[in-house]
Amino acid sequence: MVQATAAPAASAETSNLESRFLAAYRWMLLARVVEEKLASLYRGGKITGGVFLGKGQEALSAATGMALRKGDIFAPLIRDQAGRLAFGESLLDCTRTYMGSRLGPMRGRDGNVHRGRPREGQLAMISHLGAMLPVVAGSLLARRFKGQHGTVGATSLGDGATSTGAFHEGLNLAAVEKLPLVLVVANNQYAYSTPTSRQFACEDLVDKAIGYGVAGHSVDGTDLAACLQVLDRAVSAARAGGGPQLVIASLLRLVGHGEHDDASYVDPKLRETPLGADCLKLAEARLLAEGWASAEALRKIHEGAERQVEDAVTATLREPFPDPNAEDWCALATRHLSEGSSHG
Amino acid sequence: MITYLEAIREAQAKALADDPRVYIYGQDVGQFGGAFKATKNLAKEFPGRVMDAPLSEDAIIGSAIGAAIEGMRPIIEMQFADFSTIGFNQIVNQAATLHWRTQIPCPITIRLPSGGTAGAGPFHSQSMEALYAHYPGLIVMTPATVEDAYSMLLEAVAIDDPVIFCEHKYLYYHLKAEALPTEATPTGKARLARMGRDATIVTYSAMVHESLACAEELATEGWEIEVIDLRSIKPLDTDTVLASVARTGRLLAVGEAWPWGGVTAEILARVATEGFGLLDVPPMRLNAKDTPVPYHPNLWGTHRPTAKTIAAALRQLLAA
Repeated sequence: MVQATAAPAASAETSNLESRFLAAYRWMLLARVVEEKLASLYRGGKITGGVFLGKGQEALSAATGMALRKGDIFAPLIRDQAGRLAFGESLLDCTRTYMGSRLGPMRGRDGNVHRGRPREGQLAMISHLGAMLPVVAGSLLARRFKGQHGTVGATSLGDGATSTGAFHEGLNLAAVEKLPLVLVVANNQYAYSTPTSRQFACEDLVDKAIGYGVAGHSVDGTDLAACLQVLDRAVSAARAGGGPQLVIASLLRLVGHGEHDDASYVDPKLRETPLGADCLKLAEARLLAEGWASAEALRKIHEGAERQVEDAVTATLREPFPDPNAEDWCALATRHLSEGSSHG
Repeated sequence: MITYLEAIREAQAKALADDPRVYIYGQDVGQFGGAFKATKNLAKEFPGRVMDAPLSEDAIIGSAIGAAIEGMRPIIEMQFADFSTIGFNQIVNQAATLHWRTQIPCPITIRLPSGGTAGAGPFHSQSMEALYAHYPGLIVMTPATVEDAYSMLLEAVAIDDPVIFCEHKYLYYHLKAEALPTEATPTGKARLARMGRDATIVTYSAMVHESLACAEELATEGWEIEVIDLRSIKPLDTDTVLASVARTGRLLAVGEAWPWGGVTAEILARVATEGFGLLDVPPMRLNAKDTPVPYHPNLWGTHRPTAKTIAAALRQLLAA
């Protein structure tokens, strides 16, 4: 097993790092801006249900999305707006699903973070944590059956999901089959309100990799350069036939579980530690310090993101809601076997 | 002669031979051929396509869903229907909702060795069909004959939706037919297993045979009992049930599962709401007792309906 931790980028990789860092920053910022807009739409009553933000997890998420290629599989979780964008999901898929547009991929049948386009490798998460892990494993198994090699599958989980049966069963199955699966765990210190001390008793979650016989990687989830490097390494190892890769990122969720939650349970001292740093602000500081972007360039990137989000939201606001009278209320693909609601 | 179990094995062999998208995944299904030998020799005949899985029902079914998204048509063997509870989340929340949420079909077949046999006890005997039928997005098949075990399993693999295939362990070895069928009744259509005019028994799976034995016994007393084999409980062929009740005016629904809210309750609800005027007397139903399935043959034989207890219920119905 490989115990990898982020090391400073080698000088030969510096120019590559610069362009990747800047690209990742753009996805992180776009995610932050659209999520702030979603939160305000929620407060304004334009979004029913809930809004779940990834503030503080954008570096890890963007790095995951960027490490993947077109043709790979990605099963994102709740706080993966940045990774979804980096992997190729459109802003409209996000705004339409959150705002209940009939034109979105879920057509009002599911909402918020439960969205995807499975045939394009974007799996649509269900709420049961850990449940997407075996699904990604099965998709990779299918590709092996079909003789389709060279693609990988990645999925995201939180610290809470490491306690589920699905986590154990799915990671073990992927390890037995040596599948090219990358499991990215954002240890954001709380599963809803439950601290890690009530979640697991091991010293470090990455130690679980030993038990499953998979490679383990640790990364500081607030450090974008480290995330890019470790995710690239993990995805490359999986693609090269190295079997499942478990990535454990340490960070702090900087918002509540959802916008309904004020996160008052978070230990205030934790916010003052390096874990509590805002990865977006750190990335901005690094861009300026390295001279990879000027303050003016950052301002323009920000304006561009605001404009893209405004356009997506404005377009979505004009779109129709699902119509219960036009809904066919048929859960089956085999329509003639549907019982419908005729006996209810 | 071919047994019910051999028919299931032959259907899987044909599905594997006909369609490269089909594979079999489950515990001990590979070289060992399955706990009941339903996949005997298939791993040898179809190398790499009949695979042993770790003891992980959640991951087995979850992986089948992922493979289906990629265009495969997996057949999953749960070693016993009872163990599907560990995969319940993947079945009802993932497989059953996938097409409705994303428009991507989920063509997986989940074989559940179901129902009681003497000595099997509380955790190797369960009938779980009602539980799965409750969830939208699933098709639930309950074949009672060798012919249906074969043709319905082939149809299950061909259907673009998740199919819960409840094959009855009690029928595995001693239910035999001359040959495999060359034609099949489509799923969704019930079968008139015996014609009669005095009362209708609506049932499925192993209880079809208990009901037929009961009808035979009552025939010696001059009663003509009609027996309907539902074949699939979802969809449920309400039309055939109503047409029979229209002829007989008397209804007894029989099932091996537990009484609360199950298949027999559904049948009575449908007849009461859609064909109340067809009934000459109040309808009846007979199920297993409302306890876990007992181990000892003496207790087990009394826990589930048998030809004898079905006859007792019928006499009551006929006297009403």
